Order: sequence, then structure tokens, then C-alpha cells
Amino acid sequence: MCDNCSGVEFKKNFRDEKVNLELITPVIEKYGKSKGNLINVLQEMQDIYGYLPLSGMDYLAEKTDNKKATIYGVATFYTQFRLNPIGKYLVLQCQGTACHVNGSKEVSKAICKELDIKPGDTTEDGLFTVEDVACLGCCSLAPVMMINGEAYGNLTPGKAVKVIKDLRKKALEGDTNEN
Amino acid sequence: MKIKVGLGSCGIAAGGRKVLKSLQDGAKKYNLDVEIEETGCIGMCFFEPIVDIVTDEGTYSYGFVDENIAKEIIENHIKEGKVLEDNLIYTSENPPNYTKKQHKIALENCGVINPEKIEEYIEKDGYKGITKVLEDMSQEDVIQEIKDSGLRGRGGAGFPTWFKWNAALQSKGNQKYMVCNADEGDPGAFMDRSVLEGDPHRIIEGMLIGGYAIGASEGIIYCRAEYPLAIERLEKAMAQAKKNNYLGENILGTDFTFNLRIKKGAGAFVCGEETALIESLEGKRGMPRLKPPFPAQSGYWREPTNINNVETLANVPWIISKGAEAFSSVGSEKSKGTKVFALSGKIKNGGLVEIPMGMTLREVIFDIGGGIKKDKKFKAVQMGGPSGGCIPAELLDTPVTYENINATGAIMGSGGMVVMDETTCMVDIAKFFLDFTCKESCGKCTYCRVGTKRMLEILERISKGKGKIEDLDELEQLGNSIKDGSLCGLGQTAPNPVLTGLRYFRDEYEAHIVDKKCPAKKCEALLTYTIDPEKCTGCTLCARNCPTDAISGKVKEIHKIDQDLCIKCGNCFDVCNFDAVNVE
Ligand SMILES: Cc1cc2nc3c(=O)[nH]c(=O)nc-3n(C[C@H](O)[C@H](O)[C@H](O)COP(=O)(O)O)c2cc1C
Ligand code: FES
Repeated sequence: MCDNCSGVEFKKNFRDEKVNLELITPVIEKYGKSKGNLINVLQEMQDIYGYLPLSGMDYLAEKTDNKKATIYGVATFYTQFRLNPIGKYLVLQCQGTACHVNGSKEVSKAICKELDIKPGDTTEDGLFTVEDVACLGCCSLAPVMMINGEAYGNLTPGKAVKVIKDLRKKALEGDTNEN
Repeated sequence: MKIKVGLGSCGIAAGGRKVLKSLQDGAKKYNLDVEIEETGCIGMCFFEPIVDIVTDEGTYSYGFVDENIAKEIIENHIKEGKVLEDNLIYTSENPPNYTKKQHKIALENCGVINPEKIEEYIEKDGYKGITKVLEDMSQEDVIQEIKDSGLRGRGGAGFPTWFKWNAALQSKGNQKYMVCNADEGDPGAFMDRSVLEGDPHRIIEGMLIGGYAIGASEGIIYCRAEYPLAIERLEKAMAQAKKNNYLGENILGTDFTFNLRIKKGAGAFVCGEETALIESLEGKRGMPRLKPPFPAQSGYWREPTNINNVETLANVPWIISKGAEAFSSVGSEKSKGTKVFALSGKIKNGGLVEIPMGMTLREVIFDIGGGIKKDKKFKAVQMGGPSGGCIPAELLDTPVTYENINATGAIMGSGGMVVMDETTCMVDIAKFFLDFTCKESCGKCTYCRVGTKRMLEILERISKGKGKIEDLDELEQLGNSIKDGSLCGLGQTAPNPVLTGLRYFRDEYEAHIVDKKCPAKKCEALLTYTIDPEKCTGCTLCARNCPTDAISGKVKEIHKIDQDLCIKCGNCFDVCNFDAVNVE
């Protein structure tokens, strides 16, 4: 990427936070400069920070033979990679065929309305991130959502909203308890 | 006596882990001498969590088990020998229809053995295939055996497996690669996942046999990152295989060496396409390559590479150890063996089924799947996911073979079978798939990138009641151009859901355009929900179930829906006991 376009518009999609770059040094060393491992490195980077921080990707470019453009290119191609931090609860709402036929759209609408966000976004209080995924592999329980690894099946809009409300209550109570 | 708990992803999602814990606690409490084991998905996902009690007299299967029922199983069945009749779904003496009509080859061990123990796989003739191959078969012998069996690729296209292997064997290179495609991208399908979770050693053995046949010493399993359990079980299995000298250097004392590793995908449907998969293996964006050269000539790092689907590989060890004849005696003239399907959608018994090729769709959906949920009317079955199409009720007697399914305009695909009833709108389904392929298009070919977007826009217009009758011809024309103008299978098949829709359900498209009505009552823009004041009893049930508080009204007063707040989720319609909610 040339210097003219490396800034402004494009980078708006990325989040640049000061992160501790030392954390990824071992990862970069592990894969060294051997070819073909860019996806693995980015996957491990995301495991560390929860998303791909811009400074982390730039650091990777500096330390390896990969161009920045190549790294950004891979990071934006695959849906697994997140360019922004996620909330405390990651709500994966299945939009696979089986779930679609069994009413996942209505479930999703109710959830988004309750949280007042769009899929892909995080609530302002940092509690919930909602994402659409294609098939969680529990089609016989459709419609399904998964929150932090736990699957909830046979949902209705009402049931889903209740799960969200309960989690929010739990999180808020947890906060006051800590005080 | 042995207790088995089904802990595939479906079993876990339904609460299987808690059941396992409860069983273990119970057994400990009463100091019972009983083995409690995990197993994979038995296929009857609709009954999950499932617990099997295996005794010398036979197997008792319990369904919908929760922690309390688990406790009772321990206290009554295990301790006292008293069977809990109410929770029993079947016994091995009296298997249900669901299993009777199936024919298990690829799934024969799933839900039967403990996938984390190599001994159990070996006990079921595991690794017998590779032993036989290394003892007395040449590379050509293996390929001939696979040719005789008639095995065709299960990943979608149905290409003869022997032909690909032979091409890879014949091509020259410094290093050849054997790759397993476990990217299972069809949204609504989970066959490969179940095999990987339930019988990982079988895939390793299939890879070994294929690797030997083509002359590869390196193998890679490209697995979706969304399948963490499958990856975990594969890793365990690989470590065990290595320890037992089935993987690594000089396997079983011969000079055959085969190293296997897993590469995690990162979520892109197009990476299921073999050349895009290769790009992704190399750490790049998954953009398909021009073919030819085919991967067999120039694949991973431009070396000869063979790529097979998980289910294809699961059949290989069976064919080698039981013989080509045993395999080819199952199935039809041109489609041999069995096919695994993930039955889902509006079906009573959703789950994993393996049927002999040639069985009719009707048998699969009604005899095995138990028919439609709530006994509604069958409308169509979707096969082949985003590359496939919807097969209508008139064609229910179509036999499941590559040729017959292709003739309907759908494709056999990798095994997704989503059943639809009268409440499924065909325009909406077409829109759903187009939306998917449009998002997943890698952007390389203009027709695929822009064309699918234009088709989607037309469909959106139609579903909002703003379509024109000329739109239908335009969809057909555009669809055919996209097929011609795309490099890979994604674009070449993306218009299929719309084209089959127009072929079988044109009247439904016309209803949206001409009458501005959605016959299935699905397209929101064409619907309004109202409450019939004559019928409303003021029970408040609808108001309590409205996720957006759009319904107002006190107890015993007539309720009203605020159209501005209504998101048309249909909840009120579903819960009302007095038919007081109208939808038009
Ligand atoms: C867009 C697209 C997605 C595909 N996804 C898969 C997939 O998820 N799994 C799979 O095994 N094959 C998939 N295929 C088919 C593969 O390209 C390839 O044909 C297959 O893996 C070959 O294995 P087989 O001969 O054993 O069937 C896909 C093809 C296309 C065009
Ligand atoms: S379609 Fe939702 S879990 Fe498969």
C-alpha cells in the first residue's frame, strides 16, 4: 500500500489501541519467517488480544517479510478475524439454512432491538457483541445462538430476549457486588 | 455394563455434559461398578441428550435426558435393574424406523465407539485397511480397488475418486500432498463435523491410504475453526496414531512415511473450493486459481496435490478392508455406496442419516425423518446448500443418485437436506442463499461479485412487493450469465437457488409481483399483524410475549398492536390461543 492511501479512510475500519507488542513476539518467533503461516500468526494474535489491533499488524509487517497490504488483506478477507474488541458476552446468532427456515431472523431482530445494535457491533456498555454466523452445527435445535461457547437452542424471540436480559442482570449485579 | 453419553456438538449443546456429570456423580455416590464413556453423534440429534446403557442382553437408549433423569437412570436402571419405560426411546432389540432404513458405512462407528480411544477403533477393524495396503498392495492396486468400488467424491461434485488419485500419482513433483477438505461450508450441514468428532481415526486412515496411493508423504487436514471439538479430537487421535506407529516415519516397519497436520481455516465459504483452499493453506486470501492446471498437477506450493472430502475419505478404509465388491453392491447403477445427509429444517426427526444411494427422497423425509413438524404440508426440500436448489413435492419420488438429483436442477451437494413446509416462502429462501453467496463471493470475477448483488437487489424488490413481471426474465438471464462468467464453482452455481425456484415455484414469485402477496406469509413488507377485537379475550398472553412491547391492553381488555413498534416477528400469532391475531 502506498503512503497516500495507507491512512484515513481505509484505516477507519481498524482500531488502533496501544497494546503490549511483546506479547506477540514469541508467536512471531515461533513461526519465524517460514512461508505460508500468516493465517496462523493472525489467529494467535487474535487469541491474545481478542481482536487484531492495527499496531500489532504493523509490528508483524515490520518483523516479517509480509507487506502491510498483504496482512490487512488477509485480516479483512476472513470472517474469523475481528478488527475491533468484543464485549463481555459474544452472542453468535446462527443464520444458517435450518435456523433461517425456523425463524432465526425474527430472533435476531428481537435481540438487536433489545440491545439497540446491529450484528457486528458491540453495545456501548461493552457487555454484548452480536455477530451473525452460518451454522453452529446444531441444526436439529434450530434456531440456535451461542453465547461465550454455550449453545441455546429451540429459540423464540421472547426466549432469546430473556436470555440476554438475564445475562445483563447477572453482569450488573456482579459489578455492584464487586464494589 | 457400560453407559455411553452422546457428546457430539449437538449433544453438548443440548446439555450432554451436565448429564455426564450427573451420571458420574451418581455412580460414585453408590459406588457402582460401571464404565461411563463419551461417544460421538449417533445421528438422532432430535433426541439429544442421549444416554445408552450397553448390557450383555442389549442396548437401552434414553432420550431427552436431563440431570434428574440421569439420576434416576443410575438409581433405578443401573442400581436396581429397573428400566425407565417413560424415557426409553428404543432398545437394540426393537430399533426405530429412523435407524432401520439406514445403511451405515461412513458413520458405522459414530456414536458407537469412544472417539478418544484408538483401541476402540482398532477393535472395529480400524487400521486394518492401511495394514493390508502396506502388506500386499501396490499403489496401482489401491487405485484399482477404489475404481472397482465406484466411489465418487462426497464433497459436492461427485468426481470419481480413483481418477483424481491416479492423476496425482502420474504427475511428477518433488513432494506430493494429500489434503482433507474439512471446511464444510454449507450453512445447515454438519455431516463432516460428526464424522470428525465421532470417528477421527477413520479420517487419518483414509488419508494414509490415499497418501500411499498417490505417493505423498505429507498430509494436511484443512478444518473450519468453528469446529473446535473436531480439531481437539483429531489432535488426540493423531497423537495416538503416532504412538502406535500408524503415523510418522516408517509406518508399521515399512518404508512408507506419512506426516499429518491440521490447518485451521478462518471462516470463508469459498475456501471449500479446492484451489481457494490451497491459496488459504499458503496463508493467503482464499481466491480461486484458474483451472487447468488442476491441483493434481500443480497445487499446494505448485506441487501435485490431491484434495478429498471428509466423507469420501471415511469410505476408503472400509472399501479396502471389506473389498470393492461389498461397496459397489450398495447403491444404484452409477452412484455406488451410501450418502450421509444432515436432515434439518421443518422435519420431525432432524439429525444425521446415512442411506444407500437410490433411496427416494420420500423415503428419506417421511420414513426416516418422520415427516413434517406439526404435520404441516411438505413443500420442498433444499439440497446442495447455496449451490443447490429446492426440489418440489411433485418430485418426491426422485431417487437419491447424482444423476437423478442433477436432473432436477438441484445437486447432491455435500449432504445438506433442509426440509421446507407451506410456511416457507420460496422467494425468501432464494434471497437468503443469494445474500449468502453475495457476501461470500471472493470478488475476483465481476459476474459473481456484481451479478449476485444485482440478483439480490431484484429479489429484495420482489419481496417488498415492488417487483415487475419483467424481473423474472431478467433474473433468469442474469443467472445464466453469472454461471458462464465465473471462474469457480461458487459463482457457477450461485444462481441455482433462484433458477430452480423460478422453474418450480414461478407462481409464488408472480404472487409477490402481481398480487403483492406472500402466500407463505413470510415476507414482512407484505404483511400486517392486527388483533381481531371480536375474538380477543384480553388474556395478555400476546403482550407478554411481544419482544418489543408493541402490544398494549390491560387484562380482559381488547389488545392492540402498535404498527410502528411491530417487528412482525409473528410471536403473537403463534401464542394466541383464540385465533385472534390476523396476518395479511
Ligand atoms: C464454493 C465451493 C465450496 C465448497 N465447499 C466444500 C466443502 O465445504 N467441503 C468439501 O468437501 N468440498 C467443498 N467443495 C468441493 C471441493 O472443491 C472439492 O470438489 C472437494 O473437496 C473434492 O473432494 P471429493 O472429490 O472427495 O468430493 C466446494 C466447492 C465450491 C465451488
Ligand atoms: S443452521 Fe443453525 S445450527 Fe445449523
